[in-house]
Amino acid sequence: MFELILKLFGKEPASSKDIAKERLRLVLVHDRVNVSPQFMEVLKDDMIRVISNYMEINEKEMEVSLTNNKSSVALVANIPVNRMKRGVYTQE
Amino acid sequence: MGEVIVVTSGKGGVGKTTTTANIGTGFALLGKKVVLVDADIGLRNLDVVMGLDNRIVYDLVDVTEGNCRLKQALIRDKRYETLYLLPAAQTRDKNAVNPEQMKELCKELAQDFDYVIIDCPAGIEQGFKNAIAGADRAVIVTTPEVSAVRDADRIIGLLESEGKSNPKLIVNRIRPKMVKKGDMMDIDDIIDILAVDLLGIIPEDEYIVISTNRGEPAVANPVSIASTAYKNIVRRLTGENVPLMTLETDDGFFARIKKIFRF
Ligand SMILES: Nc1ncnc2c1ncn2[C@@H]1O[C@H](COP(=O)(O)OP(=O)(O)OP(=O)(O)O)[C@@H](O)[C@H]1O
Ligand SMILES: [Mg+2]
Repeated sequence: MFELILKLFGKEPASSKDIAKERLRLVLVHDRVNVSPQFMEVLKDDMIRVISNYMEINEKEMEVSLTNNKSSVALVANIPVNRMKRGVYTQE
Repeated sequence: MGEVIVVTSGKGGVGKTTTTANIGTGFALLGKKVVLVDADIGLRNLDVVMGLDNRIVYDLVDVTEGNCRLKQALIRDKRYETLYLLPAAQTRDKNAVNPEQMKELCKELAQDFDYVIIDCPAGIEQGFKNAIAGADRAVIVTTPEVSAVRDADRIIGLLESEGKSNPKLIVNRIRPKMVKKGDMMDIDDIIDILAVDLLGIIPEDEYIVISTNRGEPAVANPVSIASTAYKNIVRRLTGENVPLMTLETDDGFFARIKKIFRF
């Protein structure tokens, strides 16, 4: 009955299927990253390549990891910048 | 040369053995020459599900160890001209066989049969590696539950790293009423998450239990919904383009609110 009232007011509780989907999505983000130990290294190398077009970074101190918030996973990168390259951002 | 198909899942108890038995029998019903290989060494079940448990003399390990010839270990199913079973050893463990031996075995079987269907054990250890070693393609069985889909995702990754890409997915034990109520993930949800091709859907069907009790795969009994679902899967495996079968749930009180489900 309570649920019916909630429904009437458009405050339908999330169906258990939606909860399942959301939990699955989050767990798979971690699973897929952890499946291969090289995953993070490969991602890091790619990031360095792209970022180096714009700035000089300290690759040794660079940290890339996944963190969990309440309902989301974030890729967090801490990349110390030594200096900006000149001129790249003015092209076109 | 026949085709070697492994039926795998990661998670246990989701319906690999049931699927192997029904796909195999389904191929035989089409007149294809098919052999079912029970790769679940130490926990053999396929013989019981097929109703062939009382006819075992030699097993897979006897073949790989050279205690008998391959032909001697094959049990012909008397109900179908073209259906054979290679049972697993019950008193040995997974390490009694290695992937190289399985490759050899599959190659040899593929020379004589149109289809070689391998029933994979649960897990991702040696037994899994053995079961997939000789396979040309993989069928992944899952159920609409978080843990089963998660394990399926892991298996897809592992298959890929073994160079076996494009596995096909079977979603087993779907309950249309629960899907309709929003209490079970539907096919689109699962396919979206796993990003693989759908091979088919098997509804929850008590006839699966009855037929397992009897040792007669459900596919042979036209009254069960699972039978039609498995027949469609078999035809898709032969390359035929079979549209998803539609089934309407009709739950009395809300009979007018019908939703169409496809199998
Ligand atoms: N569609 C279905 N409807 C009803 N019952 C089912 C269905 N599919 C499978 N079952 C039941 O689920 C149980 C497990 O099935 P099965 O033995 O095929 O799983 P499995 O993946 O081979 O298990 P294991 O990992 O232990 O080898 C069996 O009792 C079977 O009868
Ligand atoms: Mg099994």
